[in-house]
Amino acid sequence: MKIHEYQAKEILRKYGVATPRSVPCFSADEAVAAARTLGGKVWVVKAQIHAGGRGKGGGVKVAKSIDEVGTLSKQILGMQLKTHQTGPEGQKVRRLLIEEGADIKKELYVGLVVDRGTQRVCLMASSEGGMDIEEVAAHTPDKIHKVFVDPGTGLRDAEADEAARQMGVPESAVAQARVCLQGLYKAFVETDSSLAEINPLILTGDGRVVALDAKINIDDNALFRHPDLAALRDLDEEDPAEVEASKFDLNYIQLEGNIGCLVNGAGLAMATMDAIKLYGGRPANFLDVGGSATAEKVTEAFKIMLRNPELKAILVNIFGGIMKCDTIAEGVVAASRAVSLKVPLVVRMKGTNEDLGKKILADSGLPIITADNMAQAAERVVASVKGGKAGAAKPKTAAVKAQPKAKPKAKTKPKTGAKAKKARPAAKAAGKKSMPKTKSRKPAVKARPGKKRPARKAAKRKAK
Amino acid sequence: MSILIDKHTRVMTQGITGKTGQFHTKTGKLYANGANCYVAGVNPRKPGESYEGIPIFATVKEAKEQTGATVSVIYVPPPFAAAAIDEAVEADLDLVICITEGIPVRDMVQTKYKMLGKRARLIGPNCPGVITPDEIKIGIMPGHIHKKGPIGVVSRSGTLTYEAVGQLMALGIGQSSCVGIGGDPVNGLKHIDVLKLFNDDPQTEAVIMVGEIGGDDEETAARWVKAHMKKPVVGFIAGVTAPPGKRMGHAGAIISGGKGTADEKLSVMEACGIRTTRNPAEMGKLLKSVWKK
Repeated sequence: MKIHEYQAKEILRKYGVATPRSVPCFSADEAVAAARTLGGKVWVVKAQIHAGGRGKGGGVKVAKSIDEVGTLSKQILGMQLKTHQTGPEGQKVRRLLIEEGADIKKELYVGLVVDRGTQRVCLMASSEGGMDIEEVAAHTPDKIHKVFVDPGTGLRDAEADEAARQMGVPESAVAQARVCLQGLYKAFVETDSSLAEINPLILTGDGRVVALDAKINIDDNALFRHPDLAALRDLDEEDPAEVEASKFDLNYIQLEGNIGCLVNGAGLAMATMDAIKLYGGRPANFLDVGGSATAEKVTEAFKIMLRNPELKAILVNIFGGIMKCDTIAEGVVAASRAVSLKVPLVVRMKGTNEDLGKKILADSGLPIITADNMAQAAERVVASVKGGKAGAAKPKTAAVKAQPKAKPKAKTKPKTGAKAKKARPAAKAAGKKSMPKTKSRKPAVKARPGKKRPARKAAKRKAK
Repeated sequence: MSILIDKHTRVMTQGITGKTGQFHTKTGKLYANGANCYVAGVNPRKPGESYEGIPIFATVKEAKEQTGATVSVIYVPPPFAAAAIDEAVEADLDLVICITEGIPVRDMVQTKYKMLGKRARLIGPNCPGVITPDEIKIGIMPGHIHKKGPIGVVSRSGTLTYEAVGQLMALGIGQSSCVGIGGDPVNGLKHIDVLKLFNDDPQTEAVIMVGEIGGDDEETAARWVKAHMKKPVVGFIAGVTAPPGKRMGHAGAIISGGKGTADEKLSVMEACGIRTTRNPAEMGKLLKSVWKK
């Protein structure tokens, strides 16, 4: 789970990490009042969205008067802030952080993640702060100093001091940097973070070490023991379809293609997407229904996929183990009827009660296309989208290989909220009528600091 | 022969009184030699009781002493699962298989730290378990899709393991053992560890290695294969189409910092002599093409 910069800073302050004084705001009036309270001559108006690269996108501005704070706040609040992490549509700015100006002498970097190789927390420290650390890692890896922290001792004094010196912290400030680094480590462990990053960590003109920015991601699996952190979840920052899916314990990620997939198991779900691509199609989503799919769950999954206006066909790929194929077949039939499915549906089932499942599909009278294996399923669903005959699609190994390598900057998250409201006639090619209109359900609760809100897990439980 | 477990294995279930623990202990007991293999259950609040004729003990240590069980399978809910692993490790079991999904990473970092210098091997968490077909099944995989044979299967994903097995079975090829190592970033045995075991197992003649995006475990394993493996290995990596920065279901399946892409893994594997396919429907076929018999 991601949280905002101001929330991360509030956490870090509790652990002794120095930050500039700042106030989170929701309106220009609040921002002006905040600037007055903070005092001084320079303020920074910072857009609070979960994506990084806010400065480059125009979401962080310096104000030299109270009036300017007001003007800039009006400008930034409500804007669609586009950064390399938001996707082409950008993310609407709903919150601001008004911060006192800082005297930056040097920008450093420090971050913590769990390292898979050593199975320990890794502290990364670099003198090259303020920029994309992935660039530093790619081009000048020797400029990143790494410490793999012993879980028994935590970050030792000597390790923290060495990291500080490696970052270029002068001797006079090493002691203070130690407090900062050890505080960051302690915060990381105690809040069950999966990522904690200060970029930049700055050296000020008067020789202090201050966290100018802060990013903390919390391990979703640990939210059960942090109700206070779970309450920080900001649904406005998440894809509405993914939020909706999480209510039904479905693992859904929207992609840019037009073939929806419903699969049991994360690995098989990824493999199914790969198969679709291999046969010349484009997957519209990742969707893992988990190990206990009921008719209700399959119906909800169909509804969520159908909110995507790009959707042209659905592929259901199930390897029944504990989950029986007949149960899934009943779910698929019920779901198709419940949503009056108009797009082609290809179903591939294997495993426990396979024959029973296939019979249920055949007896349903629905125009369901079945397949015996994953390749055939992918081929048929791709053909159904192209309006051609089954068998038309061939694996395009060469084409796949020619694909440009995925870069971290790729546009990954098309926002669906507004667009999904209007389902456009998608099945034109197949000579069908328009898809059923599905209402885009926006999360009703708006997050505000201090306002309690059910955690993700709690919401899941409710839905059950 | 097989790896990790066989018909002589004696296993206890931690979390035997929960719904999931009961269901899979029962199906495990009904599979092949399961009736002899499943000998104990553990629940600190219900010692002296029994389930399906299996006696329940208060602690792992007691269950081990009383029944001779040396392997444990864990179905304990996520908040308590790491402590359950710790208990099994402390009791010096040979093998601990943790099925539980959703254990906080911090707990696993601590647990792995406590395992240093200990005897126990860990499989999982967040995994389907291990099966040695026609002998013993420990975990949640469907037993009936397997049969005994010469092929080892190791995978980070559950249903994708079944898929690989299904493809082998369609070609009439059985398996020595199938190991699901799980989808979490901090876990027990990695691909490399399981490949080492298959390499030393006389029954295993070739291996299907199924990986997914995230981390570099597959690359590490591939380099070991190049240097040491005496048997053919074929591979598939799920997630060629996965966008970076998005966690694809498994906590460990995420491309971050441009690292852990399927393309990168596939090219390292190919360079290390592992034949790979980009078509998840052709894992079995590919295996057959390199395993000459």
